Amino acid sequence: MREKYEVVIGLEVHAQLKTASKIFCSCSTAFGAEPNSHTCPVCLGLPGALPVLNGTAIEMAARAALALNLRINHESIFSRKNYFYPDLPKGYQISQYDRPFSEHGWVEIPTAERNDAGHAKEWRLKKFGITRLHIEEDAGKSLHEGLRESSSKSYVDLNRSGVPLAEIVSEPDFRSSWEAYDYIQYLRRTLLYVDVCDGNMEEGNLRCDANVSIRTRGSERFGTKVELKNLNSFRFVQKALEYEIDRQIAVVEAGDRVVQETRLWNEREARTYSMRSKEEAHDYRYFPEPDLPPIVVAVDQVARVREALPELPEPRRRRFVEEYGLAFDDAAQLVDNRATADFFEETARDSGNPKAAANWILNELARELKSSGTEITESPLKSDNLSEMIRMIDSGAISGKMAKEVLTEMCRSGAPAAEIVKGMGGGQVSDESQIREIAARVVESNPKQLDEYRAGRTALLGFFVGQVIKQSGGRANPRIVNEVVKEILER
Amino acid sequence: MDLREFSIKSLREELAAGRLKASDVCRTALERMQQLADLNAVLTVMSDSALARADELDLAAQRGDSLPPLAGTMLAVKDVIVIEGTRATGGSRILYNYIPPYTATAVKKLEAAGAIVVGKTNCDEFAMGSSTENSAYGTVKNPWDTARVPGGSSGGSAVVVSAGMTTASLGSDTGGSIRQPAGFCGVVGLKPTYGRVSRYGLMSYGSSLDHIGPFANRVEDAAEILKAIAGHDPCDSTSSRVPVPDYVALLQEELRGLKVGVPREYFGEGLDPEVKTRVEAAINKFEELGAGIIDISLPHTEYAVPVYYLIATAEASSNLARYDGVRYGFRAETGSSLREMYCRTRDEGFGAEVKRRIMLGTYALSAGYYDQYYGKAQKVRSLIDKDFREAFSLCDIIATPVAPTTAFEIGELIDDPLKMYLQDIYTVTVNLAGVPAIVLPCGASTAGLPIGIQLIGPHFEEARLLTAAHNLERVIGFNQRPSAIGKVS
Repeated sequence: MREKYEVVIGLEVHAQLKTASKIFCSCSTAFGAEPNSHTCPVCLGLPGALPVLNGTAIEMAARAALALNLRINHESIFSRKNYFYPDLPKGYQISQYDRPFSEHGWVEIPTAERNDAGHAKEWRLKKFGITRLHIEEDAGKSLHEGLRESSSKSYVDLNRSGVPLAEIVSEPDFRSSWEAYDYIQYLRRTLLYVDVCDGNMEEGNLRCDANVSIRTRGSERFGTKVELKNLNSFRFVQKALEYEIDRQIAVVEAGDRVVQETRLWNEREARTYSMRSKEEAHDYRYFPEPDLPPIVVAVDQVARVREALPELPEPRRRRFVEEYGLAFDDAAQLVDNRATADFFEETARDSGNPKAAANWILNELARELKSSGTEITESPLKSDNLSEMIRMIDSGAISGKMAKEVLTEMCRSGAPAAEIVKGMGGGQVSDESQIREIAARVVESNPKQLDEYRAGRTALLGFFVGQVIKQSGGRANPRIVNEVVKEILER
Repeated sequence: MDLREFSIKSLREELAAGRLKASDVCRTALERMQQLADLNAVLTVMSDSALARADELDLAAQRGDSLPPLAGTMLAVKDVIVIEGTRATGGSRILYNYIPPYTATAVKKLEAAGAIVVGKTNCDEFAMGSSTENSAYGTVKNPWDTARVPGGSSGGSAVVVSAGMTTASLGSDTGGSIRQPAGFCGVVGLKPTYGRVSRYGLMSYGSSLDHIGPFANRVEDAAEILKAIAGHDPCDSTSSRVPVPDYVALLQEELRGLKVGVPREYFGEGLDPEVKTRVEAAINKFEELGAGIIDISLPHTEYAVPVYYLIATAEASSNLARYDGVRYGFRAETGSSLREMYCRTRDEGFGAEVKRRIMLGTYALSAGYYDQYYGKAQKVRSLIDKDFREAFSLCDIIATPVAPTTAFEIGELIDDPLKMYLQDIYTVTVNLAGVPAIVLPCGASTAGLPIGIQLIGPHFEEARLLTAAHNLERVIGFNQRPSAIGKVS
């Protein structure tokens, strides 16, 4: 059934900019404070109060815009979006409308459909258009549950009122829920890279709405679109889109027409509900905000911001593949987080073994960090220690098996690899005469097994090798042990 | 003691010399407000805080401290301007119990300059009106004839100065709300350039047209007040960084060579003949001062009133959305839905004129109508602005009537909004262009009602305006006092 239809999705992402103070007043933006404690006449919308623009919000928006290849307009203006809601203290939101901060952007990113187990089928690069990024203020929060008189009242917390947002509107370029998913992930990663957003969907500093329609494959015309709201996690976005696509196909297959409306995703029931029809849609009566002058961004300011941008995740991933010969998946995982990618590059450089660096970081180190709940930036293990350890493996000073123990210890104490190896009783024993001595002793004290081996049970080689390594306190070089034991047995 | 006899300068000097005490001046103001309570000009009297501040000033004077420039100035503030801890209704029922937690920048500056705020004045609800009949707290009466309106919307602020209750007052002017009541009450009223005085703490009506400005009994006092309140405010992004000159020191300049433009569009149909005669006579006085008079044209004047009522109401429809009963002010008693709470709160909380303007403005901004109304009005607004720029390439100031008539009777126009809106015909152009204008009395009608003249200047040329007005004031020599109220004892 799916093959008959083409899915068309556009996304609107709201990203909270991580300024210390709000966009139009000096109140703190800190999350989780006592309700209504971070408020003032401006963000409470008190009579007579006026907004004053926070320049840091503009700078952050500029960083985000340039990272998404948007063109920053030399002059843009704020507009008022008028609607009534208890958590909107002025009765309008200061936003941007017909002359937004930036326009005409794009990203070209890896995307893949997933199989039932959630694994990527085949990664490919696809370009998605970004219509605009504009700046606006956040509203407060309505609280309907969990408070003293929640049964009869709703509560309003205006701490969030006036927190700066960048609204990032895409072109309707997504043809599947996974494309949308990969795009949002990429968007989040990029915003984290340029350090303008905390990117935490669960805390609400990244929020997503989607416009979804379907059309018969090959058709030029767009189908009727449905707006989806309340997509509060990456998985919800994908699941809600999937649900909505199925719902629309079912409607059309039943001979009905899709109705233009806004629908709300309900995670508990895993379905969407109609919130309002087209007829009930708001007329926001946008008009230019008379309390604020235009935002003017000079050409040299744009150049300065552009120059200060870090390397972005996708170019970096490509470079990792080309420069370090990494596999696509490994490179993609490493660039997922800027600090991890930085850690990798330092280790790759210092150790001279990028592939080993990638493996250790993505497997053992990732596991250690996960189990201790530590961020890579807070890890006691620094990249120079990991580099040293990789060099020790490569020089044969320690075995891979020992290295795992060393890494665990480094993650715990932060001590240098050499010191830890010393504390473990020294490095790997590769001295053949020393190993030969132990091997001779082992063979001698197991005459029965020796006879059986010589009678043809060669599988017993493993037994002897194991005994030798055990006798050496685990430090004997397994390759050499193998050679020596074999030699003695077959003498 | 008649407060009208004392200029701001003389008060400062008398206080410094120990011949007058601030507390006595303050008591005079408070008593006069009480005595003339029937005029309904004052909504909140601030006796305690005012007397406390007066005592502080007297102590300072006794110690021989140098006194601030406005020491001894008794000030009233229009109720659309907020003062921390003092109820601010904006003339509306919807804010009947609203106590602001902060003070408007203009008031802060005046207090820092030594002025003492003695009360909050009555006004048309949210400054929407030309007669102060639209206040939820009753009509203000004109002290020259208590059957007549004082003009509006800053009627209360005009009356307190005219009737000698205060030295000066603050009003707001979105389409003429300082100048028309100044004209109707025979006092000086100044609307500065847009951006000259911070709007922070002024309840917004039409944000791109709103101004704060002073009322006073003489031009010199208006200059003193403006000097104190002008300048950039970090809390108002639309306030200007243009330097503030010493308006008071510049008053003594001569007018020789000044070119006074008289726009023919302001003297046509609809202008009361008596008003016309008086204003023309006053303009001719400029010649005595060595100024020249030339005819000019402001060709887009006829569109000013409709343009004003589209832009002001559009902005108002948005600015007044915050009065929703959720966080402060009046909330209608209602049990059921949020929507019902909103509707009933705003229906019961707002008066008829405010509702009319919200509806007008909402319509003008609606999808499908925006270009036709708001968009077009903005285009014409820029033409009106161009009119003034062109005019000021030919002349230095412009002289016009303030309003087509003298003060009209209470109830006369209240049921005819269109006629009422035409009261603003000579004043709204100035707000649309953002240029400064001053009104001063230039005579009285045969019925004994004051007539004002309006002088308009280019952006940020308040000094030029004040100097011209000061000189004109001297040669006109208008010294009549309102006759319909009790003499000062």
